Amino acid sequence: MSTRVRDGGGVAAPPPARPRRRGIGWAQRLEIAALSGPAILMFLGFVITPVILAGYYGFYRWKGFGPPTNFVGLDNYVTILQDELFHEALWHNAQIVVLSLVLQGPIALAFALLLNQKIRGQSIIRVLIFVPYVISEVIVGTAWALLLQSEGAVNGVLRSIGLEGLVEDWLANPSIAIWTLMLILTWKYVGFAVILFLAGMQNIPEELSEAAAMDGASYWQTQWRITLPLLGPTIRIWGFLSVIGALQLFDLVYIIWGQYVASTAGTSTMATYMVSEGRNAGNYGYGNAVAVVLFIISMIIALVYQRFVLRRDTQGALTGGR
Amino acid sequence: MATATHAQRAQRGNPVVYVAALALIGVMLGPVVYIIIGGFRTNSQITTDPAGLPDPWQFGNYIDVLTGDTFWLQVTNSTIAAVVTTAGVVTLGVMASYVLARYHFRGRGAMYALFAAGLMFPPTVAITPLYVLIKNLGLVNTLPGIILPQIAFTLPTTVIILVPFLQAIPKELEEAAAIDRCSRLGFFWRMVLPLSVPGLITVGILAFVNSWNSYLLPLFILNDQESFTLPLGVQAFASQYSVDTAKVLAFTSLSMIPALVFFSLFERRIVGGLTGAVKG
Repeated sequence: MSTRVRDGGGVAAPPPARPRRRGIGWAQRLEIAALSGPAILMFLGFVITPVILAGYYGFYRWKGFGPPTNFVGLDNYVTILQDELFHEALWHNAQIVVLSLVLQGPIALAFALLLNQKIRGQSIIRVLIFVPYVISEVIVGTAWALLLQSEGAVNGVLRSIGLEGLVEDWLANPSIAIWTLMLILTWKYVGFAVILFLAGMQNIPEELSEAAAMDGASYWQTQWRITLPLLGPTIRIWGFLSVIGALQLFDLVYIIWGQYVASTAGTSTMATYMVSEGRNAGNYGYGNAVAVVLFIISMIIALVYQRFVLRRDTQGALTGGR
Repeated sequence: MATATHAQRAQRGNPVVYVAALALIGVMLGPVVYIIIGGFRTNSQITTDPAGLPDPWQFGNYIDVLTGDTFWLQVTNSTIAAVVTTAGVVTLGVMASYVLARYHFRGRGAMYALFAAGLMFPPTVAITPLYVLIKNLGLVNTLPGIILPQIAFTLPTTVIILVPFLQAIPKELEEAAAIDRCSRLGFFWRMVLPLSVPGLITVGILAFVNSWNSYLLPLFILNDQESFTLPLGVQAFASQYSVDTAKVLAFTSLSMIPALVFFSLFERRIVGGLTGAVKG
């Protein structure tokens, strides 16, 4: 009953929890409504409704004051198709998606394999490599911006050890900025991948590698033939999280390249472009259309990934469990 | 062959492993240590030798930040926002997850799918309409203005983690409770809640750290310095004192302490929660 909400209720709401009489009694229905109602209301009100509204605002040329009035239909989307700056942002997102997978995945796997042994202090090591993941993006951005400025510590170290030739304007040079960004992203997120892979490895029964060792398999053969295949589901889930995160990337770029370089040339993403158009330039209607495109792209990629890559892992998970 | 036996025998103490682990830790902690130590230097020390150690050690930057009002105001704001968000997420999340895990009704699959799909709805997409919505509710520049959306956006992860957890509670317990004339709600209150404490802690920590680090939502909703949370505060401080690098480093290091302490206390829970979610 309370699954119906005033706004947006009809669009994505689940069917009301109101089964046939013979199913469950009114007391249970009341319990279901009372227990799940608040969560569903919050979710519909503050997640689903704004997402739908973003689609609605995207049809207007709207400056953000009062209700949107200037209906332009699909004009904003036609503009997006021709918008060089958006294409640039999209291309950066594509690079970030691919580079995140090919840089962080192998590095994290290598370190997870290395650390997945009986070594002293493993729990301390795990805490320490997780530190960058826990620090907020604002702090990470501020710190790295200070380190990588042209007169920052990184260049200072390079000069002091006689590697003047490697001194670069790491942030402001648009042709290397994407690599600087990847370096920071890898630093921040590789620990998460290592921890995830390590946890996955701990679920692999030890008997399997022991049996393989008995049969004369080398250490690397065991890892290649047993650990990695059995780690498949964990790797695939990590890939999913990584791809979605890379598509939505905002904070780091906005902080470093917005504040310290004052130009996101070379690193803009769909999300930073959306905010700079919407919030900073006042083209809210257009910004929302960009948001919708970002949403559709993420959704398509997520669905394709789930359909073709995650299918084996999530069977049953989306059907309500058991 | 030789490498194989070597690798197996050396499991306890292969020095290569330790060297590699140390290198990894060095890379991971290097920038963090640089921020903390940088706060103990003066600007002229930083300019003349960007990578050196403090000489002499300066405590002025840290003392300035700690004796100023701004930092503490922002710590208070962040704490309130994170605590209330966590309480809200855990309360609403466990109630909804209980329904999803232990009631059989039509629409349960749809409800689960709705929350699962919510994993892919980032605040980024919804941020402008969210701002308008919060403005219409009169909550701009208030903590509830960021708390309510934060709760809503954290619910999907919470539900996805908690449902398998609550499903794992044996059916026999519920039957036994029913025989003892305990209602389903009584069972929820007396059995489910105590049994699911580890799961609740996991989702609680995730919600807390999430809220503590959140940037985009406060950026849109909070414009008034008085209502700033720490991430906004760090950014404002960094642009206000952009020439005073040492002070920015001190402010930045102090602002990451709470998350780090909190995290190192509960590291196992976070990792456990993440892998639980991956498996489920």
